[in-house]
Amino acid sequence: MIPLMTIKQFFNDMRRQKLRSALTMFGIFWGTCSIVLLFAFGQGITESQIKAQRGLGDNIAIIWPGVTSKEFRGLPTGRRVRFTEEDARLIKSKAATLKGISPEYRGWNINLRYKKQTTLRSVSGVWPEFSDLRNVIPDIGSRFINKRDMDEKRRVIFLGDKLAEDLFEEAEPVGQSVLFNGTPFTVIGVMKEKKQNSSYNGRDNRNAFIPSTTFKAMFSRRFVNVMIVQAYPTASMEDTKSEVYKIMGERYKFDPSDKEALSIWDTTRGIAFLKTFFMAFQYFLFGIGVATLITGGIGVSNIMNVVLEERTKEIGIKMALGAKKQMIMLQFVLETLLITAIGGLLGFLFAYALIQVFPYLELDEFIGTPRVNMVGSLMVIGVLGLVGLASGYFPARRAANLQPVQALKLF
Amino acid sequence: MIRMNQVVKSYTTGKVDFTALKGIDLHIRKGELAAVIGPSGSGKSTLMNIVGCLDIPSSGEYMLEGSDVGQLSSNELAEIRNRKIGFVFQAFNLLPYATAYENVEVPLLFAGAKAKYRRERVIELLSRVGLANKVSNRPTEMSGGEMQRVAIARALANEPDVILADEPTGNLDSKSGGEIVKLFHELWESGKTIIMITHDNNIAATAERVIKLKDGMIDSNGLKARTSA
Repeated sequence: MIPLMTIKQFFNDMRRQKLRSALTMFGIFWGTCSIVLLFAFGQGITESQIKAQRGLGDNIAIIWPGVTSKEFRGLPTGRRVRFTEEDARLIKSKAATLKGISPEYRGWNINLRYKKQTTLRSVSGVWPEFSDLRNVIPDIGSRFINKRDMDEKRRVIFLGDKLAEDLFEEAEPVGQSVLFNGTPFTVIGVMKEKKQNSSYNGRDNRNAFIPSTTFKAMFSRRFVNVMIVQAYPTASMEDTKSEVYKIMGERYKFDPSDKEALSIWDTTRGIAFLKTFFMAFQYFLFGIGVATLITGGIGVSNIMNVVLEERTKEIGIKMALGAKKQMIMLQFVLETLLITAIGGLLGFLFAYALIQVFPYLELDEFIGTPRVNMVGSLMVIGVLGLVGLASGYFPARRAANLQPVQALKLF
Repeated sequence: MIRMNQVVKSYTTGKVDFTALKGIDLHIRKGELAAVIGPSGSGKSTLMNIVGCLDIPSSGEYMLEGSDVGQLSSNELAEIRNRKIGFVFQAFNLLPYATAYENVEVPLLFAGAKAKYRRERVIELLSRVGLANKVSNRPTEMSGGEMQRVAIARALANEPDVILADEPTGNLDSKSGGEIVKLFHELWESGKTIIMITHDNNIAATAERVIKLKDGMIDSNGLKARTSA
């Protein structure tokens, strides 16, 4: 009964005071809109950054050869430590926290040719595990290097998607033959497109991969360029790293605490950092949104005070007719909540519409695709409710504490 | 019905203390029609506010149907205003955005009456004051006399025992004013207690009893006049 009257009066006031109502709601509209947008974009950027970071591989570390910096068992510093495929097998057999490992031989300026298209590219000689470690995933109709390719030292090649495009343009690469420094290789697959924002040797989409055995036979290399190790998801990369230092230290006689004997890039640290950074980033954005909303709420509260002045007499009339304090208060709080709810709903819808339109602007490569998530929305609703209640409460209390005689201005 | 013993009401406005009522002793019986007259500033309105439970005495005792108004909480006072007292103001004091129907419905809403009863009651009241055809008019679409009749219908909504009218004809022309006074007499004849502030001696002359205020005190309470008549 009272709410119905309030709603009626509210819409009546809104008709009478179009500009004022619009400005009041705008504060809430804008606040809600910015919270939702900031949250959605924050989420989008975070996801896209983490995904791009994962383009390098999940839970992996890259190991380069190094030079000893500590004396060990009478051996001097400055000894080179390089490793072979044999070392990779050794680590694989000994390290308990290791999920996968692949050595990587690297050849630069290799001439790849298909018909009249020629390009100079870097080519890696790797194990089949490389695909999983580095998220080099074969696209539909493709496959990565397998055990038979390895055993038979087959001349097969797996191409990054951009490289495949450069060489084959519109043609279907799989099954075709390319010339690898003049030797024919069969294309077994093309990488599925992926995001990658960090690398140690250029982006995978412009590289090519062949079996390590084939590579070794062609280039007569003894030492591999790098090794990729992957820890179990449950294990810490720190443990895997110390295992690698220990195993390699035993074999090449260096101090396992000598971090320069092997140089290791632990990519999990980057992801951990990114996650923390973007978490903080999101809270920051959310904070800005909340501050905007609170500003809007203060606006609403001010307007409600003005409304209170205007309606003092009316409040007096209602009191004379028997309205209790709670009823007067309820009216004001309800009205404020109504303003907040309408402003908030409009803001939410507007932000949602923007977010729906956003993917068509094709900016997702830089800032990801903004997404409205459940938690964010619930938080927005919660904050809105609080702001509404808080901005309504004080004017409402003032209204309810008026003395009927004062309100009626009878004396 | 209404009994006041040495009621004093003083206000502090800024640094100045102002005593509007300086010890009022008053007894109004059920079913009386009393007019309150007196010059401006004599305390008529203050007296009305206290009788109507819009304000409470600074000192003294005000008993309304046996309960001491000075001791009641603000919600209990609201309850009394809602159920026992009907107000009619000089300025009508209708809710501007609401129709005649809705204005009359307000006290019923505050009393928590059921929808069906409210509907019947509002129509009945508006018919009684002769406005059955103006149910959905807003105050701006009505004449002063009509507005005051809506206000009277509203005052009667919860069947109060006492109707308090503060210069009910003050904003009306003499014709409408006369109609309103006639309405009050009808109500009085139906058994309501009516207390009416007025400037108009002609209207006061129609009352059963005239209470004259001067400087916050009762100059004559009309009882003597009646006994001598």
